[in-house]
Amino acid sequence: MLEINTVRAGYDRTTVLHEVTVAVPKDGVAAVLGHNGAGKSTLLRAAMGLIKPTNGTILLDGEDITRLAPHQRVARGMAYVPQGQQSFPHLTTAENLQLVADGRPDGDEAIAEALDLFPVLRELSGRRAGLLSGGQRQQLAIARALITRPRLLLLDEPTEGIQPSVVAEIEETILALTRRGGLSVLLVEQHVGFAMRAAQQYYVLEAGRVTSSGSGGAESEQTVRAALSV
Amino acid sequence: MTVILNQSFTGVSIGAVLLLIALGLTLTFGQMGVINMAHGEFIMAGAYTTYVLQKSISGAGLSLLVALPLAFLVAGAMGALLEWLLIRRLYTRPLDTLLVTWGVSLMLQQLARDIFGAPNVQTAAPDLLTGNISVAGTTLANNRLFILGLALLCVLGLTLILRLTPLGRRIRAVVQNRDLAEVSGIATERVDRTTFFIGSGLAGVAGVALTLVGPIGPTMGTNYIVDAFLVVVVGGIGRLKGSIITAFALGVLQSVLEYSTTVSVAKVIVLVAIVAFLQWRPQGLYTLRTRSLA
Repeated sequence: MLEINTVRAGYDRTTVLHEVTVAVPKDGVAAVLGHNGAGKSTLLRAAMGLIKPTNGTILLDGEDITRLAPHQRVARGMAYVPQGQQSFPHLTTAENLQLVADGRPDGDEAIAEALDLFPVLRELSGRRAGLLSGGQRQQLAIARALITRPRLLLLDEPTEGIQPSVVAEIEETILALTRRGGLSVLLVEQHVGFAMRAAQQYYVLEAGRVTSSGSGGAESEQTVRAALSV
Repeated sequence: MTVILNQSFTGVSIGAVLLLIALGLTLTFGQMGVINMAHGEFIMAGAYTTYVLQKSISGAGLSLLVALPLAFLVAGAMGALLEWLLIRRLYTRPLDTLLVTWGVSLMLQQLARDIFGAPNVQTAAPDLLTGNISVAGTTLANNRLFILGLALLCVLGLTLILRLTPLGRRIRAVVQNRDLAEVSGIATERVDRTTFFIGSGLAGVAGVALTLVGPIGPTMGTNYIVDAFLVVVVGGIGRLKGSIITAFALGVLQSVLEYSTTVSVAKVIVLVAIVAFLQWRPQGLYTLRTRSLA
């Protein structure tokens, strides 16, 4: 589905990713794990086009998208939920969703489906996104991404900094989405247990290099924990 | 009492002119964070559009009505072209943007001199706008009332666009979080250009209005640009509400001071008051986080 091939990328003159190769299987989940500063978020930003790689290619279903702008990648079926429960703080919950649905023939239907997944957003539709709790904002961020009806979803630490009661809800929703079919996910996650439950493939990133990779599933959890503890 | 009412109306009408010229800036400077020194020349372009139209269309009223949308399009197109040619390459370099657009401003002034000549020109106001009406002993000039109505109409139109349309949602989203807007599927560069088109187009409309109260000349925009920036800064960068309140407050203050002192002294006192206000409240009346300023 998505092939990130020997990508080198970073900010200004600082190289963060050194020839990283990661693949997301079709209708499957690939998890990227690693400590803070390992380059996980940079990898997703490069995959989404927010930073341009200085080397390597990114292919989506065989098409080279390395030089495409982020909105062109969205048009090709990619969606991205960045780290930190990002939203448009001065827009209401409803406007945050409508913004993405504008111009889509199935926009209203897509909003209704997203609200079915996160019913709490329905009650908060008139509230400014900046006034929502962290968990609610994250649900809004995922809902906003799903309205574009993506084939590939990039999730950057979707449960980081969120109260435990909502974490379980978000994790269950993500697992349900991936099991429904038709959606591939590149998941960056610190929470090893959840990542390995969701993923068919894992990659451990250290100082911008893939140091370990293999098949996902609970049985690989110890291997990943060992790789991360080094 | 009549004096107070007369001065208040004069103040409100000065405020309306200020508001009209500052409205475009609330988008290009306030929302996008671009210090466009050529904004005044878009006002000039709007004014010369009225002048050219009046030469080709008989009837001052009809030419004024046609000039309003046409000046919007002419100035808007100039703004969009400037954004595409230069400003989009300089979004992260505000100081360079200021210098480059200042250069463009000088070039446009010279271009106007070459085409229309250095001396100021005048347009005829429609008969309907030349007289006065009297309300409760106060004399209200029709042209000033027209400008007040036009300013309020533009504010209403801009508010409706920003609040209720998909374009308005996109503009607000790009201002609030550019990267997130881009990864949400919004072509942010296109939104930038459209925002610049509307902001510059509003300057063109202001130019049409100014032909009713003064002469048209190559440097007419320069006379207003500082005041326009002051309105946006004092109102709070990025906040339309702040610009509206500030424009009328400055207009009334200027008018009252002019009555009790002289025009020059009034101007000095207003500028000192603005400096003092910004020392106390640097963020302006209202605040909104924008991309590169505030």
